[in-house]
Amino acid sequence: MTHAASAITTTGLTKLFGKQAAVDGIDLQVPYGAVYGFLGPNGSGKTTTIRMLLGLVHASAGEIEVLGEPIPGGLSRILPRVGSLVEGPAFHPYLSGRANLARLDAADRFADPSTSRTRIDAALERVDLLGAARKRYRAYSLGMRQRLAIAAALLTPRDLLVLDEPTNGLDPQGTREVRSLIASLTGEGATILVSSHLLSEVEQICSHLGILRQGRLVAQGTVDEVRSGSRAVAEVLTASPEEAATVLRGLGLADVTVTTTGVRAAPDGVDPERIVAALVGAGVGVRGFAVQSPSLEDLFVSLTGEGFDVSN
Amino acid sequence: MSATDLSASPSAPARSRTVVASLRLLRSELRIIAGRRRNQAGILVLASVPVLIAVALKFSQPREGRGPDFISSATSNGIFVSLTALSIEIALFLPLAVAALAGDTIAGEANIGTLRYLLTVPVDRTRLLAVKFVSLVLGACFGVLVVAVTGVIVGGALFGLGPTTLLSGSQIGLADALARLALAVLYLSAGLAGLAAIGLFISTLTEQPIGAMIAITVVSTAMWILDGIPQLEWLQPWLLVHYWTAFSDAFRDPIFYEQMRQGLLVALGYVVVFVSLAWARFTQKDITS
Ligand SMILES: Nc1ncnc2c1ncn2[C@@H]1O[C@H](COP(=O)(O)OP(=O)(O)OP(=O)(O)O)[C@@H](O)[C@H]1O
Ligand SMILES: [Mg+2]
Repeated sequence: MTHAASAITTTGLTKLFGKQAAVDGIDLQVPYGAVYGFLGPNGSGKTTTIRMLLGLVHASAGEIEVLGEPIPGGLSRILPRVGSLVEGPAFHPYLSGRANLARLDAADRFADPSTSRTRIDAALERVDLLGAARKRYRAYSLGMRQRLAIAAALLTPRDLLVLDEPTNGLDPQGTREVRSLIASLTGEGATILVSSHLLSEVEQICSHLGILRQGRLVAQGTVDEVRSGSRAVAEVLTASPEEAATVLRGLGLADVTVTTTGVRAAPDGVDPERIVAALVGAGVGVRGFAVQSPSLEDLFVSLTGEGFDVSN
Repeated sequence: MSATDLSASPSAPARSRTVVASLRLLRSELRIIAGRRRNQAGILVLASVPVLIAVALKFSQPREGRGPDFISSATSNGIFVSLTALSIEIALFLPLAVAALAGDTIAGEANIGTLRYLLTVPVDRTRLLAVKFVSLVLGACFGVLVVAVTGVIVGGALFGLGPTTLLSGSQIGLADALARLALAVLYLSAGLAGLAAIGLFISTLTEQPIGAMIAITVVSTAMWILDGIPQLEWLQPWLLVHYWTAFSDAFRDPIFYEQMRQGLLVALGYVVVFVSLAWARFTQKDITS
């Protein structure tokens, strides 16, 4: 299963924690040059997947290929080309932002010590943190910490960036900056995998989406492919929803649900004209009727479940 | 993954680059250890013991026949303040210092999450473990050195540094005495390297640096206790701490090497076994912090 066109490929990737499958047989395909939005609610397995991609956690089953090399075998060759942000920032609290980056740079055996200073400054500049570079990390605000973590991922030029919830804790201004940063990195030819539990945060910048639910990949592809995989919804506004529901079921519509204002159902190829005619013919007072393709947001909610249930 | 690295058999320039890069990482590591307030306070505590001993001896009446051999000699020569301080601190303070540093190595980095970012830089796990162990041994060596040097300075100031009368009665000059003290410092550092290896292993087992520190202290204290129980004589040659007090053999005439030689062998054994265990554990470990 070698896809030369993919920056990241996984086959049947699985991670068991005890008996629980945190990641359950997923086949990721992240093409080169893509901005891949890796979406899923809390606890769906995004971070665990990312940890496996980076060799922090050993997969229980399945295969991983990153930038053409198998993981974990090729880690030492691949990781220098990968910038990453995993589950939020983590730095030494009593060192300044700059000293923390210098520490990471010192750990990098491919980094040239003589350019360390300029590279660190450039990375800090890029996330607008140069002004606070000498402050202790402990005194950083949440957003500043997040920015420092992004700067750390940009210390050397990267071919792939794996960013786990990069906008977490950022103000709207910072969120916009991260979006334009991602755009400029893509412009430089990098592939980007960005995880989030908020579709709205990534949908403007992503070319591809992968949607995770309870460790399983429930949708993947370009944004349009994912969107076209969704079903249209017919919505009837009426004062007598029960009667309307009976008529719709009689027509063979699926997923008929009664709402506060009427009925909703999936037409699945039944002509809208036939539906309206049948309703009127059955004497149901129709106040309004519409067939809509759901927004990406609705699709995301329908794929991942609604409300505050944390999938375990 | 480390196995793959080794089998890749790097070319000579690549290997020398790895060595240079590891020295850079080691320097960064030592800077972090030295910059930490807790460690600075720890060094002050270590240094305070010889000061307290010297001052206490200066202002108390000489008494015969109590305490370690060299306490009674200390008033005759400053060098013995060092030896007394070392023999007191090797029981608890120095192992505690090693335990504190060892807790930071892996458990501490895992605890604050920096471990995952070090590993994704990437730092090969074997290389990271090696750098951590070397920094730990250097830290232990520095601790012993601080005690010895403070003892010489304070002892010298209060009691002078004239010719030293050895336990066996013969006299040696200052240069000879300092050389023998250096030998004792190196020997104790080697012993503490054995404890550092145990500490490194324990540090790979947990994400709680304080927990690791307590566990390491418990191990070293338990060894001292076992070493003091006469019925366990069969066990004692295998205890790391059993040989530590032999550092004072450097001040016999001639220097008595037998115990120190065995002590070094046992310490080496502990280093080999526990560094291997730490390696086996750490290279297989899931980093989920
Ligand atoms: N070390 C661990 N031991 C046991 N279970 C774990 C461990 N790490 C993660 N899990 C479980 O694996 C599942 C996936 O967790 P993961 O952190 O990957 O989710 P996530 O998608 O990143 O969530 P979030 O959006 O909240 O960051 C969760 O049910 C979690 O409880
Ligand atoms: Mg997560």
